[in-house]
Amino acid sequence: MNMDLSRRSFLRLAGAGVAATSLGAMGFGKAEAAEAAHVRAFKLATMTETRNICTYCSVACGIILYSKGDLKAGETAELVHVEGDADHPTNRGTLCPKGSALKDFVKSETRATKPRYRAPGGGEWQDITWDEAFDKIARAIKDDRDANMIERNEIGTPVNRWTTAGFLAASGSTNEAAWTTYKVVRSMGMVGFDNQARV
Amino acid sequence: MTNAWTDIKNTDLVVVMGGNAAEAHPCGFKWVTEAKARRGAKLIVVDPRFTRTASVADYYAPIRPGADIAFLMGVIRWCMENDKVQWEYVRNYTNAAFLVKDGFGWSEGMFNGYDEETRSYDMDDWEYQIGDDGFAMIDPTLQDPRCVWNLLREHVDVYTPEFVENVTGTPKDKFLTICEMIGECSAPDRVMTSVYALGWTQHSKGAQNIRGMAMLQLILGNIGMMGGGVNALRGHANIQGLTDLGLMSNLIPGYMNIPRDTEVDFETYIAGKANAPLRPNQISYWQNYPKFFVSFQKAMWGDAATAENDWAYDYLPKLDVPTYDILRMFDMMSKGEVNLYFCQGFNPFLSFPNRAKLLSALSKLKLLVVMDPLQTETAHFWQDHGIYNDVDMASIQTEVLELPTTCFAEDEGATVNSGRWLQWHWPGATAPGQAKPDTWIMSNIFLRVRELYRTEGGVFPDPIVNLNWEYEDPMEPSPEELAKEMNGRALRDVYDLADPEKLLVPAGEQVSTFAHLRDDGSTMAGCWIFSGSFTPEGNMMARRDNSDLGDTGTFLKWSFAWPLNRRILYNRASADMKGRPWDPERTLIEWNGEKWVGFDVPDTAPTAKPDEVMPFIMTHEGTGRLFSRKMMVDGPFPTHMEPFESPVENVLNRKMRGNPAARIFPGDLEQLGSSADFPFVATSYRLTEHFHYWTKHNKVNAALQPEFFVEISEELAADRGITKGGRVRVWSNRGEIWAKAVVTKRIKPMICDGKPVHVVGIPLHWGFMGAAKKGFGPNSLTPFVGDANIQTPEYKAFLVNIEPAAEEPVA
Repeated sequence: MNMDLSRRSFLRLAGAGVAATSLGAMGFGKAEAAEAAHVRAFKLATMTETRNICTYCSVACGIILYSKGDLKAGETAELVHVEGDADHPTNRGTLCPKGSALKDFVKSETRATKPRYRAPGGGEWQDITWDEAFDKIARAIKDDRDANMIERNEIGTPVNRWTTAGFLAASGSTNEAAWTTYKVVRSMGMVGFDNQARV
Repeated sequence: MTNAWTDIKNTDLVVVMGGNAAEAHPCGFKWVTEAKARRGAKLIVVDPRFTRTASVADYYAPIRPGADIAFLMGVIRWCMENDKVQWEYVRNYTNAAFLVKDGFGWSEGMFNGYDEETRSYDMDDWEYQIGDDGFAMIDPTLQDPRCVWNLLREHVDVYTPEFVENVTGTPKDKFLTICEMIGECSAPDRVMTSVYALGWTQHSKGAQNIRGMAMLQLILGNIGMMGGGVNALRGHANIQGLTDLGLMSNLIPGYMNIPRDTEVDFETYIAGKANAPLRPNQISYWQNYPKFFVSFQKAMWGDAATAENDWAYDYLPKLDVPTYDILRMFDMMSKGEVNLYFCQGFNPFLSFPNRAKLLSALSKLKLLVVMDPLQTETAHFWQDHGIYNDVDMASIQTEVLELPTTCFAEDEGATVNSGRWLQWHWPGATAPGQAKPDTWIMSNIFLRVRELYRTEGGVFPDPIVNLNWEYEDPMEPSPEELAKEMNGRALRDVYDLADPEKLLVPAGEQVSTFAHLRDDGSTMAGCWIFSGSFTPEGNMMARRDNSDLGDTGTFLKWSFAWPLNRRILYNRASADMKGRPWDPERTLIEWNGEKWVGFDVPDTAPTAKPDEVMPFIMTHEGTGRLFSRKMMVDGPFPTHMEPFESPVENVLNRKMRGNPAARIFPGDLEQLGSSADFPFVATSYRLTEHFHYWTKHNKVNAALQPEFFVEISEELAADRGITKGGRVRVWSNRGEIWAKAVVTKRIKPMICDGKPVHVVGIPLHWGFMGAAKKGFGPNSLTPFVGDANIQTPEYKAFLVNIEPAAEEPVA
């Protein structure tokens, strides 16, 4: 390649189906253009790229998600490939045996994909709508909190603690999800509240 | 981490003890490789197994699981004895010179003031002598027998190389070689870094393991230095963020505390947070606690938090015990005292100790709600999976809801890496099926509960109906709105405290530093240490300029690090009493005569004079602590304690079992096994091909490491008649598991207290859901007891027995 052209913008240009002759405009000589014309368009060139961070350990490597479809344009996006982000100062593009297989985690056959309910003593899952699930949860919270909230201790100090319900928070979710969770759990007076850091 | 992953390249010596970074944090470990290749740095590994980190080490030594304190106190003793001390640092930047009350003492493995009945110490005498001026008394000459330095010398006296060898199983010559390598780093221009992980935390005295290394690093003058520090390699991608945000029983975001019953009102609570400095001119930054606390209350309850109602102090719950941690909650659950439990992206059925107890506990719940991207074992605890989950489904009355959530590829927001960098990420995939973000799920639960309280009334509805929930779409607050709320903003105009005419932040504007937060209700911030992450200039966490001024590895324009974009904590300590860098080759910040300048955000006031204001601004003393006063329930110095299940007695006190200050519930005490019945030490560990219980759902990783195994030495295999690859049964006093036997040279028997000790390694990645072959983990066997200070379970050292087993019948 005889001009300063980033790999990514090259891929975009080439992948957009540029005719071999116009490759000259990209700085290629005739021989290179003829060669390039025979190369099958690189699949990733038509993909949407998104900057993300690996979800596994706390090294938090930079990754690039390649998807078919653009979420920002309101399209459905299917993850096609994940690779290390060469611009990231920590991992400089490298990924470990876990990070290299991130796509298979996202597309695992045992992802949870719909709300399900298991009845007392039951042996099977039953499908349930989100609405039904939320109504059930809200009712259970309200009834148990009203029945078991300790408003004052034996010497009359307001303590407002609810010990018969507990909440275990995640360790891979975002700060923003964590803050939402914090607000909701604390406002209810729950004290059995922990996250993976405890173990 | 005090430092960053990229900073490891600046070190001269890496000590990996209590971790296995090459396998568990491979792309971070790359910076160790970089330091070795570019600087000629050395790597020491001390571990019960010859791990892959050990395989690239310059020096490896074995150690018995649970014996780290003896090793570390032995190194400190050797450094003191051989003058391997960074003296100017120790005299000025640590509490070595502080005088301790006469009542403090230690004998036969215990500190003064122990009460066997309550399993706790009376800590009154674990404190400094206070002078007439109200400050702590010191002896800068270090001559006074009651100064911390001399008490420490006395305390470590017992940890001779012979004692260390006897307790830890580390051969004396290997121990001494390591002492010499570490001792070199007491020179001001030689720096060592400590990197550790769960191998140190998952013990009944885990916090004291880490204290031991922190003390050693202070003695060597390595805290605050480029290439130095004490570096916890956190586990999950955002475990740091969730800790920062206080999703723990006893925490408020930014390391503040949920009130105790004894803090009966706001006035009492705040009086206990005065944090007056213990030496003249010191910053003692926690004096600002009320500003951060009131700003938090305003973020939670907005206009409902007023000066008149003490900023809604009573909306917070108060604790009658130190924590309702996971062990306490599952113990309560097992007694039928918990009705409703939520698991958000967490799989406690496999992650917590003593699975039989967990099964009985979960079976007593009325309703279990699991929110997860994956179908977890916890959500399926009631499902029969033969020997892998042998349950009677009909008898389990718990209702279960499994709610599908998005994962990293489908959501937007920040996660905090081990080096405290808040890194923003963007979604690149559509969620599968009906999976939804956690923010949407929590909002929906909240809005429905609030509606019930609004329409029906109920018990103390105030904190729920008044919770600040002003989002454009209340059903789904945007990541940006939430990030701005955590950063904080001015609710009214905020003026300079020193100059009431000077407007700092106009009403409605984001604050750019927590220095602008106030305790008069004029500001709000969900998490004060995140202030500066979303400023009027925009989202600092989304920054992607990877230039690195001075090639220091600080990368100040990449994302945002708390606090205030500072990349190396305590960095003021990288310069001497005149403000000159200890090592000019490793200049991080320096005093230019008027202020601090350099390649990192100074960890002190910008104009704090170097000979007046000491570097540890968060402590009352201004110094690092060799003696931790009353701050840890099991002693102000680390002392050797055996695991609760140990193959040997504690040689300091043969009657003592485990950590005498650790909490253990009655039924769990009875379930401890003895070395007569369970002669072998088991320890849990992780593999580089798997991440916890997640990647077994993934075909690639399930193929890389398909089957559960346990790892034993050739000697133990010969002793028990176990063949390579044969099936074995491993059992503790709490359960049993079956596994393939991997017989290796990577584990070797050690001699401790005169007898051979064999180790059984148990990796933890298998269960009964997902793509990998069904298997067990260590937690069918592990004991239900935690660290005395923070209740992290003792997964890394417990007792088992092992025997050959018949091959599994082919189905």
